[in-house]
Amino acid sequence: MKNFYYYYRKYKSIFIYILCGMSALIAIIPLLLIFYHTISLGIAAINWDFFTQLPKPVGESGGGLANAIVGTLILVGLGCLLGLPVGIMTGIYLAEFGKNTFGNIVRFLVDVLNGLPSIVIGVVAYSLVVIPMKHFSAYAGGVALGLLMIPTITRTTEEILKTVPRSYREAALALGITQWKTTLFVVLRTALGGIVTGVMLSIARAAGETAPLLFTALNNRFWHTSLDQPIASLTVFIYNYGVSPFEDWIAQAWAGALVLIALILLLSLAMRFATRDKYSG
Amino acid sequence: MNTNIQPQKLHSKNIGDFIFKNLTLFFAIFILIIIVLMVYEMYSSSAVSREKFGLSFLTQSVWDPVQEEYGALPFIYGTLVSSFLALLIALPLSIGIAIFLSEIAPRWLEKPLSFFIELLAGIPSIVYGLWGFFVMVPWLRENVQPFLIENFGNIPLFTGAPYGVGMLAAGIILSIMILPIISSISRDVLKTVPRAQKEAALALGSTRWQATKIALSYSRSGIIGAIILGLGRAFGETMAVTMVIGNRPTISASLLEPAYTMASVIANEFTEATSEMYLSALIEIALVLFVIALIINSFARLLVWSVTKHSDVQGKM
Repeated sequence: MKNFYYYYRKYKSIFIYILCGMSALIAIIPLLLIFYHTISLGIAAINWDFFTQLPKPVGESGGGLANAIVGTLILVGLGCLLGLPVGIMTGIYLAEFGKNTFGNIVRFLVDVLNGLPSIVIGVVAYSLVVIPMKHFSAYAGGVALGLLMIPTITRTTEEILKTVPRSYREAALALGITQWKTTLFVVLRTALGGIVTGVMLSIARAAGETAPLLFTALNNRFWHTSLDQPIASLTVFIYNYGVSPFEDWIAQAWAGALVLIALILLLSLAMRFATRDKYSG
Repeated sequence: MNTNIQPQKLHSKNIGDFIFKNLTLFFAIFILIIIVLMVYEMYSSSAVSREKFGLSFLTQSVWDPVQEEYGALPFIYGTLVSSFLALLIALPLSIGIAIFLSEIAPRWLEKPLSFFIELLAGIPSIVYGLWGFFVMVPWLRENVQPFLIENFGNIPLFTGAPYGVGMLAAGIILSIMILPIISSISRDVLKTVPRAQKEAALALGSTRWQATKIALSYSRSGIIGAIILGLGRAFGETMAVTMVIGNRPTISASLLEPAYTMASVIANEFTEATSEMYLSALIEIALVLFVIALIINSFARLLVWSVTKHSDVQGKM
């Protein structure tokens, strides 16, 4: 017998499911708006000069952010120098030897590092590098970005190494290959694609960081002369130009944001297609 | 036949294995050292401020670098209120999305939609800040806030002038930023609910929503973990908030008034901190943020882990 309560339950169910669908739609709106505004406002200031010229002083129009784009690449490169070895080796340790208490402690610490606000990482890099060196430098910025990259790389390396079938290891060991060669040339090689994905992900994240660079790499309106001097970065320039009162600068901030988003989008799309078959879950 | 022979044991005398194992161990220990060093550096660098103000640092609301008076209460208040406001907005949406993705959406829709929502997580904080500052704040100032003041102006929450920047703007931008993490973890947790649970409910004559409710209660602690992780993200968020919150160290009941957060004050004033006391006070704020992050992460991961220890959801965080 279909009474009132039957219809009440049925329509309530449909109604709530529609609400759920609408919340998915609502979540997409800011994404589309951000893309729309960044592209429409940023495209105006994108030209050849933007990628090749130094910033112009206040009052002069034109100029570009070439030094900031190069600066971001250098900072991310320095970050990789710290993040890659520590991240990958720790990942190997956790996957191959980490089934003990110390392994669990390290796993927890990596999670803590992952959850730390990036501004706190900046403060740490400031006290570890800037204070002993007595001035802001590209190295300090690199250390900050490197610390931020470690957790992502470690986690991915560990997870991917664990997906390598045990039979691969056993086959290699059965052939009389020592364990370290098995790990490096069989297990790591099999998992290389996944590890590259993790590295790219962490690079994309590091390239978009601003807060830890504010008082480590600082900023520089000119080409950097050496790595122990302050260096420009795209994100800090976007911030400084974005809050400035000059229309020229604001337009260039949007252009910088567009370049940054394009870079990150390309990286994540490339990863999505590169890892589609193996690791899509 | 004994199948438990450990290959490592047979090779344990190999010098290469010994070196390799200890090399990886060295890097694992390196992480331990970094964390210890972080705490030590922040603890010792904030000594001047800790000794002068003690616990009153956390309860004083005067922040006056000229008089060398430092109290962090306005920043703690700003961080807490903006984060909870963000949670208030993001939570219903995220749960809705998680249910939509795990229970309703067909596979062809689920994949691209998840991808779009994860893209939101990939947008750099500074771009959110720029967008918030130039697009969202003017919209709030011209459309939303005058409406709120006109209709709800007698509620203390919505008094004051329509500045645009302020607590409300920070809450909204933060909610957009934490939405992806809460919804994607909740979706993963919901997917770990055994089919039999839902099928049993449906077989008893439940509607699909009633079956979903059972799935929700089954994965309750995992979802709470996701919420706490989102909250942790909101606490530490810097650039986007700095650009839209107005940066004024006051405590006001109104959501329309400018405020300040712990992360923003560090970002704004760190390079200007000329005296030792000033710098020390800022580093103490960073230490407070560190401790909060530590507590939140331990708690959240424990909760998520207790639900998903048999699946591989954890790698996604």
